[in-house]
Amino acid sequence: MSVDGPPTATAGTLLAVEHLTMRFGGLLAIDDVSFDARDGEITAIIGPNGAGKTTVFNCLTGFYKPTSGRLTLQAGSGLFLLERMEDFRIAQQAKVARTFQNIRLFPAMSVLENLVVAQHNKLMRASGYTFAGLFGLGVYRHAEQDAVELARYWLEQVHLTARADDNAGDLPYGDQRRLEIARAMCTEPVLLCLDEPAAGLNHRESAELNELLLFIRNQHRIGVLLIEHDMSVVMGISDHIVVLDYGRKIADGEPAAVRNDPNVIRAYLGEEEDEALPPEVARDLALEQGPADGGDDAGGRA
Amino acid sequence: MVVRTLNGVAGEFRLDIPAILKDCLVSALIALALAVFIIGLRTTDGSGGLGLDFRWQAVGIAVVGVFVGRFLLNLWWARRTPKPKVATAEQGVAASAAEAFKTFVKVAAPMAVIGAVVLPWMPFADRYLLDVSILVLTYIMLGWGLNIVVGLAGLLDLGYVAFYAVGAYSYALLALYFDLSFWACLPLAGAFACLFGILLGFPVLRLRGDYLAIVTLGFGEMIRVILLNWYEFTKGPDGLSGIPRPSFFGLPFTRRVPEGTESFHTFFDLDYSSLHRIIFLYYVILVLALLTNWFTLRLRRLPIGRAWEALREDEIACRSLGINPTNTKLTAFAIGAMFGGFAGSFFATRQGFISPESFTFIESAVILAIVVLGGMGSQVGVVVAAVLLIGGTELFRGLDEYRMLAFGGAMVLIMVWRPRGLLAHREPTLKLSPAPTGGGPP
Repeated sequence: MSVDGPPTATAGTLLAVEHLTMRFGGLLAIDDVSFDARDGEITAIIGPNGAGKTTVFNCLTGFYKPTSGRLTLQAGSGLFLLERMEDFRIAQQAKVARTFQNIRLFPAMSVLENLVVAQHNKLMRASGYTFAGLFGLGVYRHAEQDAVELARYWLEQVHLTARADDNAGDLPYGDQRRLEIARAMCTEPVLLCLDEPAAGLNHRESAELNELLLFIRNQHRIGVLLIEHDMSVVMGISDHIVVLDYGRKIADGEPAAVRNDPNVIRAYLGEEEDEALPPEVARDLALEQGPADGGDDAGGRA
Repeated sequence: MVVRTLNGVAGEFRLDIPAILKDCLVSALIALALAVFIIGLRTTDGSGGLGLDFRWQAVGIAVVGVFVGRFLLNLWWARRTPKPKVATAEQGVAASAAEAFKTFVKVAAPMAVIGAVVLPWMPFADRYLLDVSILVLTYIMLGWGLNIVVGLAGLLDLGYVAFYAVGAYSYALLALYFDLSFWACLPLAGAFACLFGILLGFPVLRLRGDYLAIVTLGFGEMIRVILLNWYEFTKGPDGLSGIPRPSFFGLPFTRRVPEGTESFHTFFDLDYSSLHRIIFLYYVILVLALLTNWFTLRLRRLPIGRAWEALREDEIACRSLGINPTNTKLTAFAIGAMFGGFAGSFFATRQGFISPESFTFIESAVILAIVVLGGMGSQVGVVVAAVLLIGGTELFRGLDEYRMLAFGGAMVLIMVWRPRGLLAHREPTLKLSPAPTGGGPP
C-alpha cells in the first residue's frame, strides 16, 4: 500500500479527504470535495437535502467505493488509505466507527449484547477464535468481563444502565439513538462518524446529545465527524464546518465564518432574485428595508 | 340479536345479569328444539317392527349443559373485554410469561434429559417406541444443527438435507470401500459435510432471504441428483446396502458369533436380544444430539454466536462494527452442516441401507418446519416441535392417507396460535451484573 509522494496529512490532521468524487451512473453525487478533519475536534458536514453528505460518509466507511479521490486516515496505529479498504476492515483496522441515519441496532438482542457485539474482534482474539472460549478458558472469561465493563461505562454515559438487559428494539427512539452512539464508541474508534444523530430528538434530548458529543471529544480526544440538520447542535458544538451543496464544497471553516458566508446563505435560502419580482414590488421592498444588508440577518436565522 | 346484547354487556364493563340470562335461555331453547329430535328420539328394534324411545333425561342434560356452558362463556367474555385493563395486564402477562418460560426450561430440560436416559429401561419401552424415539432424536439433532444456520445466523437454508446426505454417503462409502468403522467415519463424515457447507457458503455469501433460499434449495437437489446419477460410485437409485452396523467398543451385536470372537451378548453373558442394538443406537443418537445442543449453547455465548445473531439482525450494522460477514456466514454454514453430517452417518448405520430416496426436499422442509414451529433460535422449541411433528405423524399413522392432512392442519393451527413459534422467547446471553467497582475504563 504505497502512497505517492509525501503524506498529505499534516500533524494533527486525522482524516484528509482529497478530490473525492462519487458518480452513480449519470449522477455526480460528490464532485471533487476536499477537506480535513482533525483529531480531538468535531467537524460538521452540513448542506441542504441531497447535497451528498451521507454519500461522503458511505465512501469514508467503505460502503461505497469512490469513483476517484483519496481518503487518508492518519492515526496512532498508522496510515490507512480508506478508499482501498473493505467496509468491515475500515472499522476493524483503521478504527472508524459510524452510526446510521435510520438507526441500525440489533433489535432482538439486549442493549448489553449490542455493546458487546461491537467488541467482537477483540473478544474473538481473546476466545482463541472460538476454540479457547469453547472450553471456558480463563483468558476469555477475563476478556468478556472487560468487555462488559467497557459496555457498562458507556451505558452510564448514555444513561441506559437501567435498561441494559432489555431488548434494544424495545427502547424509545431517543434512547436508541444514544445506544447507537454508545455502540460505536465500544469499538474504541479514532474517528466517530455520526449521521444525523439529532434527527427526531426533542429539545431536551438534543441538548443531552450535545453534552455527550462534547464529552466524547473532550474526554476521549477522538475526531468526530457529524452530519446534522439541527443548527443548534451544529453551531453549538462544532469546531469546524464543511458545507456541501449539489455535491460540491461551498464553504469550509469556523462556525462563525461559515454562518456569514454568502455562498452558504444562498444555498440554504436561495438566490436573491430581485429581477424576478415585479418592479413595483421590488420598489416597495426597497423602501421598507432601506439599504440592503439583509444577508447577515438571514445567516443568523439559518 | 344475541350477539348485540352481548356486546352491550361488554361495552359497559359490568355484568348485565338479565341480559346474560336471556341469552342463555335463548341458547337453551335452541338446544331443546334440536335435542328433542336428535337426542330425544331413538328408534328401537322392537318385536312388532320399529318403535320409538323417548329419552327425556338425555335431552334435559343437553339443555342444562348448553345453558350452563353459555352462562360460563358469557362470564368469560365479560371478564376479558374491559380494554384499558387488558393493556396493562398484557405487559404483566408478557413479563410473567418470560418468567414462566425460564422456570419451565429450568425444570423441564433436565427432566427431559433424565426421561430420555431412562426411557429404554421403562417397562412400556418396546421396539416400536424405541424406533420412533430414535427417529425423533435424529430430527431433534438435525433441527438443532439447522437452528444454527436459520435460527441464529438468519440464513434461510432449504437444502439442509444435502449435508445429511453427504454425511450418510460419506460413512457408507468409507465403510464399504475402505472398511473403516463407524467411530472412525463419524468425524470424517462431519468434516466432509463441513466442507460441503463451506462449498455452498461461498457462492451464496452475497445473497439473502428468498434468493438464498432458492440457491440452497438448488444445492440440495444437486447433491441428490449427483447421488442418483453417479452410478459407478454411489450405485445410484439402487442405493448402498450392507452398511456395517456400529459395534460396542469392537463388540458386534450379532446373534451368531464366528469362532474365536465375542459379541455383545456373549461378552456380557446375556441372552441374545435384538433390542440390545436398538438401545445402543438410541444412546448413540442421544449423546450425539446432546453434544450438538451443548455445543450450540456454548457457541451462543461466545463472540461467534453473538456475531451470528447480530448478522441475522442487521448485516450492514455488523459491517460498520468491523465484523467480517464472510467468515461469520461461512462458520455458520460449516458448523450447521457438520451436525447434519453427523446425523447423516448415524442414519446410514441405523438403516444399513441408504438411497437418494431418503434425501428428498420434503426432508429439508420437515427439518425447517421443526425449527420454525419451535421458534427460531430456541433449542427447547426444536425438541417440542420435533416430538410433535415426528412423534405426531407416528400417532396419526392410523389415519392412513389423511395423515398428511392432519400434519398440515396441526402446523397451520400452531402458526395461527403462536405465529413466532411455540417457544419463541429469547434469553440474552449476557446480563449486566451489579457494578463491582465505581469507575470504568477511560
